[in-house]
Amino acid sequence: MHARTHTHTHTHTLNQSQTQTLCVAVNMGLVMGTFSMQSNKQDRTYRKDKIDDDFELSIVCHRPEGLDKLEAQTNFSKQELQVLYRGFKNECPSGVVNEDTFKQIYAQFFPHGDASTYAHYLFNAFDSAHSGSIKFEGFIMALSTLLRGSVREKLTWTFNLYDINKDGYINKEEMTDIVRAIYDMMGKYTYPALKTDTPKQHVDAFFQKMDKNRDGVVTLDEFILSCQEDENIMRSLQLFKNVI
Amino acid sequence: MAAGVAAWLPFARAAAIGWMPVANCPMPIAPRDHTKRHDELIILNVSGRRFQTWRTTLDRYPDTLLGSSEKQFFYDEETKEYFFDRDPDSFRSILNFYRTGKLHYPRYECISAYDEELTFFGIIPEIIGDCCYEEYKDRKRENAERLQDDQDDNKDCKLPNMTYRETMWRAFENPHTSTMALVFYYVTGFFIAISVLTNVIETVPCGATPSQKDMPCGERYTVAFFCMDTACVLIFTIEYLMRLFAAPSRYQFMRSVMSIIDVVAIFPYYIGLVMTDNEDVSGAFVTLRVFRVFRIFKFSRHSQGLRILGYTLKSCASELGFLLFSLTMAIIIFATVMFYAEKGSSSTKFTSIPASFWYTIVTMTTLGYGDMVPKTIAGKIFGSICSLSGVLVIALPVPVIVSNFSRIYHQNQRADKRRAQKVQKARLARIRIAQAGSSCTGFLQSKRNDLLNDLLELTGSDDEELLLSKSMSLLESQHHHLLHCLEKTTAHEFMDEQLYEQNCLETTVQSYTSRSPSLSSQDTPIGTCCTRRVKRSSPLPNSSMPLQPSHQHGPLQELSALRIQCGDKLPPTTSRSSLNMKTDEVGLFNCKGGQITTAIISIPTPHSATPDGDGLHGPPQRRPPPPPTGPAAASISTTASSTVFKVSAL
Repeated sequence: MHARTHTHTHTHTLNQSQTQTLCVAVNMGLVMGTFSMQSNKQDRTYRKDKIDDDFELSIVCHRPEGLDKLEAQTNFSKQELQVLYRGFKNECPSGVVNEDTFKQIYAQFFPHGDASTYAHYLFNAFDSAHSGSIKFEGFIMALSTLLRGSVREKLTWTFNLYDINKDGYINKEEMTDIVRAIYDMMGKYTYPALKTDTPKQHVDAFFQKMDKNRDGVVTLDEFILSCQEDENIMRSLQLFKNVI
Repeated sequence: MAAGVAAWLPFARAAAIGWMPVANCPMPIAPRDHTKRHDELIILNVSGRRFQTWRTTLDRYPDTLLGSSEKQFFYDEETKEYFFDRDPDSFRSILNFYRTGKLHYPRYECISAYDEELTFFGIIPEIIGDCCYEEYKDRKRENAERLQDDQDDNKDCKLPNMTYRETMWRAFENPHTSTMALVFYYVTGFFIAISVLTNVIETVPCGATPSQKDMPCGERYTVAFFCMDTACVLIFTIEYLMRLFAAPSRYQFMRSVMSIIDVVAIFPYYIGLVMTDNEDVSGAFVTLRVFRVFRIFKFSRHSQGLRILGYTLKSCASELGFLLFSLTMAIIIFATVMFYAEKGSSSTKFTSIPASFWYTIVTMTTLGYGDMVPKTIAGKIFGSICSLSGVLVIALPVPVIVSNFSRIYHQNQRADKRRAQKVQKARLARIRIAQAGSSCTGFLQSKRNDLLNDLLELTGSDDEELLLSKSMSLLESQHHHLLHCLEKTTAHEFMDEQLYEQNCLETTVQSYTSRSPSLSSQDTPIGTCCTRRVKRSSPLPNSSMPLQPSHQHGPLQELSALRIQCGDKLPPTTSRSSLNMKTDEVGLFNCKGGQITTAIISIPTPHSATPDGDGLHGPPQRRPPPPPTGPAAASISTTASSTVFKVSAL
């Protein structure tokens, strides 16, 4: 009996230490397991997203309509369309321009300042369908309006550029944004030095001229009327006739 | 302007219509494309292989041979093509540069041949795309070093005019330069070996004499070993002092690793000399003898491989650190596990966790001494897991270290890649310099020319503007016109950064001068920008000089920074002043008509202070380079890159 109790206690102590080790081991295993699982999953999802993105980008490719059709729709000749398309395709081999590329290209022309805000407004004006990218047709239509369109068409396009939220009215905030974006393109080093309220003054002068009924917004008709009254504006609209 | 986006310039200019309603001034006249030509194909015949491309493609980079008029020298009238007697294979990558805007370096090409082609066609190698630039630089460096090595082998003579100290240093660093150096090299090597050997043999038990028990040789032949030690230390000390004397920068030499090893190697001897037979510190003295083993490291001066090994270990510090860290983690984990597993068994060697560390280390490195073994089943299980994981943990970082070693060993003959940082900066600087013509300052510089053009236009001669604008390519002139329109829209001008800072400085150091009456009376009916410019001058304290003839400025008068400002385009009222203007005057533009306000410089020299009411001084007074001969107080500082002419007097 004595021996039995002895063995009994022996096994009892063994069990105790064994359970202790088992606990430690199980803890360790759990910790290691969760670590590895988490990192594995993260890796997988990250890789999958990346591959998916690349795949997506590569299948976007746009071909414009036929040359004859475009010639009929715009005021450009065949040669001019050819030259324009070649330049377009060179920069954007996939056939569409997204906003980042657009901003990059536009910023190349204004190395002094920051052209990204104005480029953003321009992009929205070009991308009339708000699809997030400009195709060649949209590009060419806008260019046709700007370079070969009638005065009214040009002014309408400009009005749409200024009307950021496309509600048919230009209010002071929108105009201030546009003017500030234009001033941003000048950069920091100007003569005379830019003051913080220069855009605001500019906008006030603009509204003074354009807002005929003094209701705080400029409508399309007011805009066109005021522009037609101003000699300078009329003259400068014809400035870029021979750009192509 | 990156020529790759040259095709978008029409778009950018068209988009400028968006500024027009906002602008208050009339816009400058656009440059006209007189040679209205359709895009034509150009044939480039390179040693018989014909390449064809559009003319506009080549025009993208006007500062290269193919983009400029330099290619006219290669034009063949009969075949109506441009013939180049060059390698057609290399020409492929050059033409692709025009097409895509990126210059690539083909791997099969020889580096010097490629460089020659680039130089011929006027392309700087710095614009090689990032994809190929590393390869290009590596090949170039290898080539340069090969040439350098060849040169070095050829010239083995001693350089003239080297001081004694320099010769000594050179002898120490390159033993094969002279016989003396070689002798010295071998002698020191021999003595290092002797010293190490004596240290080793000292501890070997020599044969026991009948009278004494077995004792180490060092204690038996004390005198002999002491003499040997003295001789070696003497040699080492002399060598160290000579190196110290010859070193070009003593402080740096003393901080270098090798010199520290030298010092540590000979120090114990001197300490031993100083404190002899002192029982208290003799224990410490014995420990110091251990440092004598550092003499073996002196061999690294003699062995290239040792140095590389040391360098490798230094550069693989991160891998070694990782190895150490993971090992420590694993040791702690397994030691803990083993301790608790073996806790139950009686008379176990695993008395504490730190005691288990020894077992874990020995097991993980697969040594297995067997002085500590687990007895319980759980202990055995975990012990086996420990040894298996040890193999993995240790085996993983080792190949990295090995590959590092081989890489450094091969690279050891080459120049440092640490210079890559500086090279990158230098490369960007070179690109910037080479493309300076199309950068921002290009626009500012051309504004002068533009204004001259405009004035010529207004005098009614449209053809003459051709003469001045022909120097710029059409693309550039159109781009500049675009920037000019922006200036007009915002009624501000672009300025150089330095000028801008000068401006800021000077607005704070002003002294007021009386306003000119003509200034205030001017109110040109032209666009507000013009009056604005004039009005701008008024709030600035440094207004124009008074125009009254009565003001004669004595030489002692302090003038603040003055400005000449000209009104902008006005309806041409031809006055004699405008006709008097010479076209070659840089930075000067006449303001035409009496309606314009001009701030006139009256330099404080008696003979030049004759302001006119409506016109301007003759050119000599405002020509930039020659300063006035008046008192030294006046200094004219003009900057040709600004349309504003400034005179500042000290």
